[in-house]
Amino acid sequence: MPESSLVKDGRSSSVEYGASPLRQFSQSSLLLHRNSYMLGTFCTEHNVQQCLSHINQEISSLGLPPVWTESGNSSELNIVAVLNCMYDLIQLHRRGLRTLESMEVEQLKSSSNIDHLQLTITRLKEQLELSKRENTGLLERERQLQLKAKSLQSCLKNEKEEVQKLQNIIASRASQYNHEMKRKEREFNKLKERLNQLLVDKKEKKQAIDVLNNIGRADGKRSLWKTEKTEAKHEGEMYKTLLSDYDARQRELVLENAELRKVLQQMKKDMVSILSSRKPAVKSDKPEHSGVQARSEEEEEEVFDSSKESVELYCVHAREKLTNSIRLQWRRLKSHVERLDSQASLVQMVESKDTDAVPQETQEEEMDRLKLEIQQCKDFIQTQQQLLQQLSSPCDEETASLLSNCYMLQEKERLGEEWKTLEEQRKIFERERKNFTEAAIRLSHERKAFEEDRATWLKHQFLNLSPFADSKKTPLLKSKSAFLISAETEAPEKLIKCHSDTASPTPRCVPLASASTADLYRTLCLIPENSSVQPKTNGEHVEESSMFCGDVFVQHQQWEHSEDHTPSQEKNSSI
Amino acid sequence: MNFSEVFKQSNQLCKVSPDGKYLATCVQYRLVVRDVSTLQIMHLYTCLDQISHMEWSSDSLFILCAMYKRGLVQVWSLEQPDWHCKIDEGSIGLVSSRWSPDGRHILNTTEFHLRITVWSLCTKAVSYIKYPKACQKGIDFSRDGSYMALAERRDCKDFVSIFVCDDWHLLRHFETETQDLAGLEWSPNGCVLAVWDSCLEYKVLLYSLDGRLLSTYSAYEWSLGVKSVSWSPSSQFLAIGSYDEKVRIINHITWKKIAQFEHPATVESTKAVSQVTNFVSLINSLLLPHLDEICSLPVQIPVVKPDPDRANPKIGVSVLAFSSDNHYLATKNDNMASAVWVWNMQKMSLEAVLEQTSAVRCFQWDPRHPRLALCTGNTKLYLWSPGGCVAVQVPTEGGFQVHSLNWHCSDNSLILLGKEQLCLCYMETDEEDK
Repeated sequence: MPESSLVKDGRSSSVEYGASPLRQFSQSSLLLHRNSYMLGTFCTEHNVQQCLSHINQEISSLGLPPVWTESGNSSELNIVAVLNCMYDLIQLHRRGLRTLESMEVEQLKSSSNIDHLQLTITRLKEQLELSKRENTGLLERERQLQLKAKSLQSCLKNEKEEVQKLQNIIASRASQYNHEMKRKEREFNKLKERLNQLLVDKKEKKQAIDVLNNIGRADGKRSLWKTEKTEAKHEGEMYKTLLSDYDARQRELVLENAELRKVLQQMKKDMVSILSSRKPAVKSDKPEHSGVQARSEEEEEEVFDSSKESVELYCVHAREKLTNSIRLQWRRLKSHVERLDSQASLVQMVESKDTDAVPQETQEEEMDRLKLEIQQCKDFIQTQQQLLQQLSSPCDEETASLLSNCYMLQEKERLGEEWKTLEEQRKIFERERKNFTEAAIRLSHERKAFEEDRATWLKHQFLNLSPFADSKKTPLLKSKSAFLISAETEAPEKLIKCHSDTASPTPRCVPLASASTADLYRTLCLIPENSSVQPKTNGEHVEESSMFCGDVFVQHQQWEHSEDHTPSQEKNSSI
Repeated sequence: MNFSEVFKQSNQLCKVSPDGKYLATCVQYRLVVRDVSTLQIMHLYTCLDQISHMEWSSDSLFILCAMYKRGLVQVWSLEQPDWHCKIDEGSIGLVSSRWSPDGRHILNTTEFHLRITVWSLCTKAVSYIKYPKACQKGIDFSRDGSYMALAERRDCKDFVSIFVCDDWHLLRHFETETQDLAGLEWSPNGCVLAVWDSCLEYKVLLYSLDGRLLSTYSAYEWSLGVKSVSWSPSSQFLAIGSYDEKVRIINHITWKKIAQFEHPATVESTKAVSQVTNFVSLINSLLLPHLDEICSLPVQIPVVKPDPDRANPKIGVSVLAFSSDNHYLATKNDNMASAVWVWNMQKMSLEAVLEQTSAVRCFQWDPRHPRLALCTGNTKLYLWSPGGCVAVQVPTEGGFQVHSLNWHCSDNSLILLGKEQLCLCYMETDEEDK
């Protein structure tokens, strides 16, 4: 605006500032230029009054005296007031610019300060890091050094203790040595004294033995000269003792080995059987390839083992094979049991009653069975050990004889029983034979009687036929027959009695078939009665007593020591 | 249990004949022979001086009485009391005298162990053995009496000579690898000879009958070593007691240690402890029918620390005794002198600890049953068996202090020796049930 530029030019002389304020002024004048555009629009010809009042307000708000007063109707401005106002405004503006400058300067300063401080901060932070690291490093080193110091201290303590111990040992050894030295010195002194004494002593007491009479050697033999032969004999005896001792020991060890091997075999068999029987029972998901293979291996091994004799097991390979196979089986069994255990626990967790009750039960059952088998094996091993001890320990003669007898006990008992049954059978046979002979005798008697009857009857008939009938004979006959009958009735009684006498049971009867059959034949009149058929046994006391029962001559043979039976005879006298 | 009356004896010399029929005792210079069952005096012999040592011959026909001061040995016969035999060693002196196993030779060791004289009673012949060693146990006869092992020392080296007792023929003579041989012992089967070094070095050597070295055993170095050695009756085990208070068991197959028994001062185990008056025993099984109170574990055993400056300190296992059936081993540790430890050889573990009120003086196993008798110098006799234990007061007036005891070889009776007295104790056959 030309007004303002004019004002500026007017004021240029009163301005005491340097070039810069002028420059600033010019800068601000540029701003004013920009703003003057707006100022231009602020006031127009129409709104002068409003503008005036507005400006007035603004000026008064700034604290300056008012430019225009509403006194008078003159619309002319107080130029002085306006100029003052403008001057004040310009002063204000300048002040404002100055403060702005200073503030900018301060801001620059502070920003540069800030930069500087930031730089120092980063530097210090880095330094701090470094120092911290150093610190930790130093702490670490200190700790290690402390540890070392501790260990060195303990080493020192140990060394001190050892030194102390060694000192103690040395002290005890020293005291022992001193003691021995003193003892030897004392003995030495005694020897010296004795030597002196002996040298001085004129009469020397010699050694002598005074025995009333020589006594014999303990074993009663004469003593032998010492020759090479006796020396060799001694050597021989010595070696014999040693060898017998080694022999005995080796035998014991062989027995023990055999027992242990048997036990191991048994264990192996049991384990194999357990494993093979359990494999189908266990529900395991993974295919038992290894198991099948193992089984085939086991079978192979079994075949292998059974083919080898026990002698061959003495060689190292077979032994190792056995122990390795046992170890293998044991490991398998262990893994098996572990698997079962885990399965049981899994199954428990699943909580399905049907499916898990059964395998659990079977598993438990099988566990119990296994335990039982193990216990049985253990017992078996125990008894074997005991037996072995008994075998190896020297038992005295009583027990040895007892033991040797007991091996036959069962056989003896059996033999006794068989003997008893045989005895009973024999008795039965005897009785039957007796009955048979009795019956035969009776039969013969009856036959005889019958024959006689017949004879008498025939005679009677004959006589009857003849004119001389003698009635006297019949009573005789009758009497005869009566007697005979009575004799017959008596005889069997006596026979029976005799039998009952002799039939008192005696154990161990040796049947004499020859004698009894001879009697039988005799009674049946097959052999002459007068032939002397004596029973052939010894030790039999036979008494023949003839008894007369009325008219009948009955002979009995009685036995006192009835070792042997012969049935009673009945001899008929020749009529 | 019956006790006989008290008889006099001197010097603790009281021995039963090997056949078990007679009891010989020495009273000053008299030798009294009694019948064991009736205790009647059968024979009475008088010697020329106070008897220092008395021994029966193996066939029970002769008795040897040695008088060391006079250097005399007198032999008496039981069959013919008039028979006499006197051996005078003369100026050479006498330090020990013993029978040979056949009962017809007497071995006299002269003073200073200069030589051993072998006198024959059959032929009056004399033989000499030079350079015997003066040590804890320098001579041992094998159990069957056929061999004698003798320790010798020549030129500062140890040797062992094996003689055939029949005719004293030297069978073997070999050097041993010991520094200072302290003792030797035959195994009961007569095939192995155990030789051990002095306490300064722990070394046990095992030689076969023909002189070959079978094995060497050494548990540790430098500390004091072997104190006592004992074979088990079956020759299966060799028990070695040492100064470190441990017993090591060696087996006869590999000659290696199979077990080690320690004697700690505090016994802790899960076994019961029971007390029978003054007699504390710690027993394995709980089947104790008649025993008294059961105490709680652990048990402290009183320990007496030995003087460290003295030689042969009272520490370590000094006595080992196997029972006749091989099942038990009884040990005594010198610094716990009031306790006897009984070990079970089948389980190789501690069976019982028998604690007494005072130091145990003597203990011995019954030759027939697994029964241990022990005495502590008081008037009581203590018996232990796996079934239980019992303490018996010796019923004599004037108090009979039991210093040592000996079992009769077959008769189930005990001979108790006091200071100057002796007494017999007859057991009932079912003693253990009481």
